[in-house]
Amino acid sequence: MKHIKTVNKANLKQTAEKGGCGKCQTSCQSACKTSCTVANQKCEAVK
Amino acid sequence: MIHKFKQNGRYIVLDVCSGGVHEVDELAYSLLDYAAPPFFDECPKEITDKLSEYPADEVKDCYNELKTLYDEGMLFTEDDYEKYADMALNAPIKAMCLHVSHDCNLRCKYCFAQTGDFGGDRMLMSPETGKRAMDYLIAHSANRVNLEVDFFGGEPLMAWDTVVETVKYARSIEKQHNKNFRFTITTNGILLDDEKIDFINREMSNCVLSLDGRKEINDNIRPCINGSGSYDIILPKFKKLVDGRGDKDYYVRGTFTKYNLDFAEDVLHINSLGFKQLSVEPVVADPSLPYAITEEDLPKIFSEYDRLEKIMEEQKLSGGKKFNFFHFMIDLDQGPCVIKRLRGCGCGNEYIAVTPDGDIYPCHQFVGIEEWKMGSIFSDKLSQEIKDKFAKLHIYSKEQCGECWARFYCSGGCNANSFIYEGDIRKPHKLACEMQKKRIECAIALESAE
Repeated sequence: MKHIKTVNKANLKQTAEKGGCGKCQTSCQSACKTSCTVANQKCEAVK
Repeated sequence: MIHKFKQNGRYIVLDVCSGGVHEVDELAYSLLDYAAPPFFDECPKEITDKLSEYPADEVKDCYNELKTLYDEGMLFTEDDYEKYADMALNAPIKAMCLHVSHDCNLRCKYCFAQTGDFGGDRMLMSPETGKRAMDYLIAHSANRVNLEVDFFGGEPLMAWDTVVETVKYARSIEKQHNKNFRFTITTNGILLDDEKIDFINREMSNCVLSLDGRKEINDNIRPCINGSGSYDIILPKFKKLVDGRGDKDYYVRGTFTKYNLDFAEDVLHINSLGFKQLSVEPVVADPSLPYAITEEDLPKIFSEYDRLEKIMEEQKLSGGKKFNFFHFMIDLDQGPCVIKRLRGCGCGNEYIAVTPDGDIYPCHQFVGIEEWKMGSIFSDKLSQEIKDKFAKLHIYSKEQCGECWARFYCSGGCNANSFIYEGDIRKPHKLACEMQKKRIECAIALESAE
């Protein structure tokens, strides 16, 4: 494409199919403790 | 739904519901003011007319590229995730914030724990209570294997025997229960010594080391009990701990307030001390307090985030990445699944806080607020009413989240912030939302820079 460069694979839809296993870290146990951020967590299922 | 923004001279488009990120030129960026589903085989004339400063053929070309992305499910994707919203009901408990100390040896002016006691008596958790908390977590974790325990306070090193005995006990029983404990600790560092550093580096998968940045900034707001500064006491100890940590995670974590709205300087200062994993976050405080962040501070805060992003982007592009900034970390390909993203931290449902005498609260920020007490580790009567209330909190049940472009990144935000500022766990705090959105833009821009 000339005008658009896609940076990543758009994959949220696919993650719904096998997601929700609950193995991942709770977000407040990392560094925040006062502000919730979820998108910087890792998926443990794809390790 | 899409969200488009400019960052550091680049035009970025986020397809909110697929997570797709596109870097576009100025024409495509402008065209997205007019182009939206349904897309037609040919670009409508009213669009080429509106963008008459560009050659019509170029506009048509660009329109077709947008249409292709739409057809491939990478632009204007629909949100059809609400059917997963109730998956957290009856979730097991998998994480615990263990308040081993409701006492502290610093007198930080912004402490949400009222200098460590959380509004109650100053007290330490006994080793026996720590062990029973581990039993409680195992008993309520169902089939979850990874169990997280954060030693917290007040200052957890003041209850060191309890930390050590709790870890040893948990390690002694984890295999028989098919569990894997991950310990973390959040400390101000005052009581660190070689023995504690060795133990922390051996047993803790992550540690959070509190330092607010420049000496004068840190010492003004994080004084010792006698009023003297804490910077010179803790710095050599933090350096020693991090030097011995190897590949294990750590964060040097600071808080910024109205007193240091130029907080990028503090991030850079902490990095200049040799630390590479950094987190500096806005204070949580009553708006009437002199150090609280208020709406008028937002332009300055945004410009500091922009400045940090620019510095980090330049470092990244020159191959010399020097540090991580927690709030700019994002994985655009293999981050959490969308089901995880529908709700935030899991507090009150998958995550609980336990006080020195064994009382259970939804998280550390709710501790001491009687109406949110959920039970005790010495009893099986956990408030199902409160647990369900948190389990039903998600981006579709919170006010404003369902229409917000950032909903799959902050996941509804911090429930404690919502309660503290808005008096309702379902009402996101506007100021926190604005800062969060800015950080997410910076994170996406930084991650996509190449």
